[in-house]
Amino acid sequence: MKICVLVKEVPDAAVQKRIDPNTMRLDRGGEKNLNPFDTHALEAAMQIKEGGAIPVEEVVAVTMGPDSAVRALHKAVALGADRSVHLSDGALEGSDVCATGFALAKVLESEAPDLVLLGQQSDDGECYTIGAVVADHLKMPSLTQVIQIDVADGKLRCERQAEYGYDTVEVELPAVISVGDAINEPRYPSLKAIMGAKKKPLDSKATGDVGIDAGQVGEGGSKTKVLGLNPPPAKEAGEIIEDEDTNETVEKIVAWLDERKLI
Amino acid sequence: MAGILVYALHDDEGNFNKNSLGAISEAAKLAGEIGGEAAALVVGDVADDACASLGNYGAAKVYRAKSVPEGLAQPIVDAMAKVIQENDISYALFGGGLLGFEIGAGLTARLNAGVTMEVTAVKVQDGKLVVERPILQDSEIADVGYVSEPGIIIGRLNAFDTNESGGSAEVVDVDVELSEWSSKAKLVQRGEQRGADVNIEDADILVGGGRGLGAKEGFELCEQLADSMGGAVAATRAVVDAGWYPYAAQIGQTGKTVAPKLYLAAGVSGAIQHKVGMQNSENILAINKDPNAPIFEFSDLGVVGDLHKIVPKLTEAIKAKKG
Repeated sequence: MKICVLVKEVPDAAVQKRIDPNTMRLDRGGEKNLNPFDTHALEAAMQIKEGGAIPVEEVVAVTMGPDSAVRALHKAVALGADRSVHLSDGALEGSDVCATGFALAKVLESEAPDLVLLGQQSDDGECYTIGAVVADHLKMPSLTQVIQIDVADGKLRCERQAEYGYDTVEVELPAVISVGDAINEPRYPSLKAIMGAKKKPLDSKATGDVGIDAGQVGEGGSKTKVLGLNPPPAKEAGEIIEDEDTNETVEKIVAWLDERKLI
Repeated sequence: MAGILVYALHDDEGNFNKNSLGAISEAAKLAGEIGGEAAALVVGDVADDACASLGNYGAAKVYRAKSVPEGLAQPIVDAMAKVIQENDISYALFGGGLLGFEIGAGLTARLNAGVTMEVTAVKVQDGKLVVERPILQDSEIADVGYVSEPGIIIGRLNAFDTNESGGSAEVVDVDVELSEWSSKAKLVQRGEQRGADVNIEDADILVGGGRGLGAKEGFELCEQLADSMGGAVAATRAVVDAGWYPYAAQIGQTGKTVAPKLYLAAGVSGAIQHKVGMQNSENILAINKDPNAPIFEFSDLGVVGDLHKIVPKLTEAIKAKKG
């Protein structure tokens, strides 16, 4: 089977993120990285491939984003993907969840995967929703926030936490599954894999190549609009203690608890 | 008329989820302002009077899809899409919870509709709904509006309070034909409880443990500290998923919501999904070695340091003080 892994380039965790007040979009300047949750999706793909319960011919990393997003694809290939696909087009800029999900579904459609994996959330958007949007466009069953995938009889047996405890769900293929970070411990890429990543095939596609009408994506194709930005309600800043002398730190904590009659 | 449809989640015994009830109350308030009615969708064979009781929270009408199974999103997307398309409904609203995210996302694709998530408040501007959505680790709040209807609103856990008005809802049965792909996922087991059944909701003092504990054994430190103060131990989702602590002790989006007098977070980073379950604690004390951990943004006392050094000494000091 063919597994597609959706990946995203996000600002590095150490970068102070901000919204550009003119465009109301995330300022994507500064250091960037492969979305950490996506590394778990790649690892899940590799474990299915290496597990042998179902033959996997190919793992393909797929992203949508500006030119710089190629680096996220290189990282995905270094982590084991056989090749990658980059959907990149000025027309996509400013796409909301609805438009992004549509565009990703179209590029995936052109790959006809048997399984789509992705991280349950991105470090920057915190939306949790893309997997389920893509799945409905592709008319595939889906499950999000999955922490265990077992392959048996050509089906997936997935576990995840929902509102009332752990759910076990059997999912037929083809399917779209988003994974949580508890699913596995991603491997580190070997030096050889990092060096070889740029040599693996990378297809660049524009909207027209995968049948996306430019009017359905970007700002014009989006169904939500950011009207304004406000700071959160002011909260009195808490006191911070740096632990230099632990006995002293503990004394301070006890005094703080005592003052509030908590002990 | 501009109706608002709420998905009312229930457990296997037919008890409605508190966040769904809060969403119904919120929908009733908003619908009044935009000149419509609040309605709820219930799936499964839920009794007439249970459905009608949603009127107490503000639902004028309850659509019941008896043949649609509860617990997985896609069949419910089929039901909600049908009700939205066949009735005068302008918005779909979900209380916090994982299923709401999945159903809302599916509806977005199905109806080519705008969606917002992690919404903490909804207001009316020029007869339309505008949501407040915290972004960038809650450092900014975006006001987001919809370009067209219907609009999908996925609330954050505990965003909407329940309001009991004493009404009764009209129950309308709907026949829903499931999409082919909606029946390709099957719930084998729902709501399995893993680990011991512990009670954290009644404790005045909670010691919460997270990944910073380093290993399952780290919870012994939390238990000793909790014992010294007469409290209980809670956990983050990450460590529950890792099997370090029972699910019943988990706080957050797919766990419990607590508001103790003291929440002492040991090695808890403070991810939003955890924060929503404990931010109403009266006093929050956090110990974490990472000075950039988000928990320090909403703790009353933050201690930057190694919990493995601090917690044992703190336990001793409290014991000594109590004599």
